[in-house]
Amino acid sequence: MIAQNIAFTILAAVATLAAVRVVTTRNVVHAALYLVMVLASVGALYVLLVAEFVAAVQILIYIGAIVVLFLFGIMLTRATIGADAGLDNDQRWIAAVTGLFLLGVLTFVLVDAFGDDRLPSLENMSREALTAERGTGAVGDAIFSTYLVPFEVVSVLLLAALVGAIVLARRE
Amino acid sequence: MTLALELAYWQQLAIKVLAILVIVPTATAIIVQTFLFKMMAHMQSRLGPMEAGPHGTLQLMADGAKFVQKELLAPARADRRVFTLAPVVVLLSTFLLFVVIPAGPGIVAENLDLGIFFALAVSSISVLGVLMAGWASANKYALMGGLRAAGQLIAYELPLVLAVVGVVIQAGDLSLQGIVRAQAEGEIFGFGLIGLPFVLTQFLGFALFLIATQAELTQPPFDMPVAESELVAGFQVEYSGLQFLYFYLGEFGAAFAFSALAATMFLGGWWVPGLDLEGGLLANVVGPVVLFAKTMAVAFVIFWIRFTYPRLREDQLQSFAWKYLIPLSLVNILVTGAFKVIF
Repeated sequence: MIAQNIAFTILAAVATLAAVRVVTTRNVVHAALYLVMVLASVGALYVLLVAEFVAAVQILIYIGAIVVLFLFGIMLTRATIGADAGLDNDQRWIAAVTGLFLLGVLTFVLVDAFGDDRLPSLENMSREALTAERGTGAVGDAIFSTYLVPFEVVSVLLLAALVGAIVLARRE
Repeated sequence: MTLALELAYWQQLAIKVLAILVIVPTATAIIVQTFLFKMMAHMQSRLGPMEAGPHGTLQLMADGAKFVQKELLAPARADRRVFTLAPVVVLLSTFLLFVVIPAGPGIVAENLDLGIFFALAVSSISVLGVLMAGWASANKYALMGGLRAAGQLIAYELPLVLAVVGVVIQAGDLSLQGIVRAQAEGEIFGFGLIGLPFVLTQFLGFALFLIATQAELTQPPFDMPVAESELVAGFQVEYSGLQFLYFYLGEFGAAFAFSALAATMFLGGWWVPGLDLEGGLLANVVGPVVLFAKTMAVAFVIFWIRFTYPRLREDQLQSFAWKYLIPLSLVNILVTGAFKVIF
């Protein structure tokens, strides 16, 4: 497990530092690119957890689509090269308090819910067994059996967002 | 395939990385030399490069040496870090594509259970590099090229992914080895000699995949992002020397990789009748040759279209994707699913 721990530490450090840079950088495009680093590190953490499918979805959806749309929007409107003076405001103390509060709540919830759990050791499992238990097929089975109702609810939500976007775009 | 000597994990990894580092430039060179230099020339009643080597076959060596010698220039107002990083991001996406493509029962860098989904995910990273290049160049033409590229790649990513779904449903497997196996073991109305290449049942998916690939690679008629006559070269306009070569490698390396993916998913991949699916020396030697031949056949079609049709306008390009390709690919999924349930 030592290699995994080292990898986790590096990835977590990269994700945290990049996340700090997202809010401290003076350039919107740089902020979006640092966000890519955060999302990629999280994707790599999924690989460490043997959740390859989730990792690929993370890259395809978040980096390949959402950040690209962010950048697309930023570049269409305002994307100056170099520091952008109008990017800062005087709410950083309120933001810091809110951020720390959120960190506290999330830490408490996670420790309270999963504090005593230990990750199962996967070292003695064969690759076939791992694939059968945690591979893409297993994720698909879980979505369409155990989590069928939440899955359908989410798809209705997305449909509603789609219809809403069309209505907004069509309004003259 | 069992190797005579057992290698440690890091040794295997080093060999795989080295192999991909060699294969990508070689594949790119073959594509550019065969299609861009010679086939295009002959289709336009020209000779193409003739001086370097017999029939101009060494032209790329000269071109490569020329690129390496050139100075790396960047505009004074460019964002240097992002500017340097952009070609690397595009190239990384191309290199990762080659990881999952199988060329024989034992010849695949990593037979991921995700297979084709991994390939589609990493191919979407290249858009990011294109946007970075367009913005960091501090050039209006480059920025417009980057924006056009992003709009186009987002639009054609959808039919690309959806066209693959039909194949995945029919094969019942995401891994490319699994898709090859499903085609080799398939039967055409009980006739199993040549297997069942999915192009026979997924002809709509094949057409959609090829069209979307053409757009993803920004090859004409979908070359709005690099349109020479209006945008000079779009997001590539400020790049020179090695960095330009990176974009070049990224573009034509990806052309090879996507042709190989199409050959694997629709034409049976490395398998031909007579080869052993489970392994064996014969399959591992003949497999790569077969895959290469099929890949070149698909690439021929891509470049044939490239040299034949004029460029689409931006609005034609967008409405073609959203109004025709995406609905058609959804119909394809529906029909494939229905057939899968009935039979």
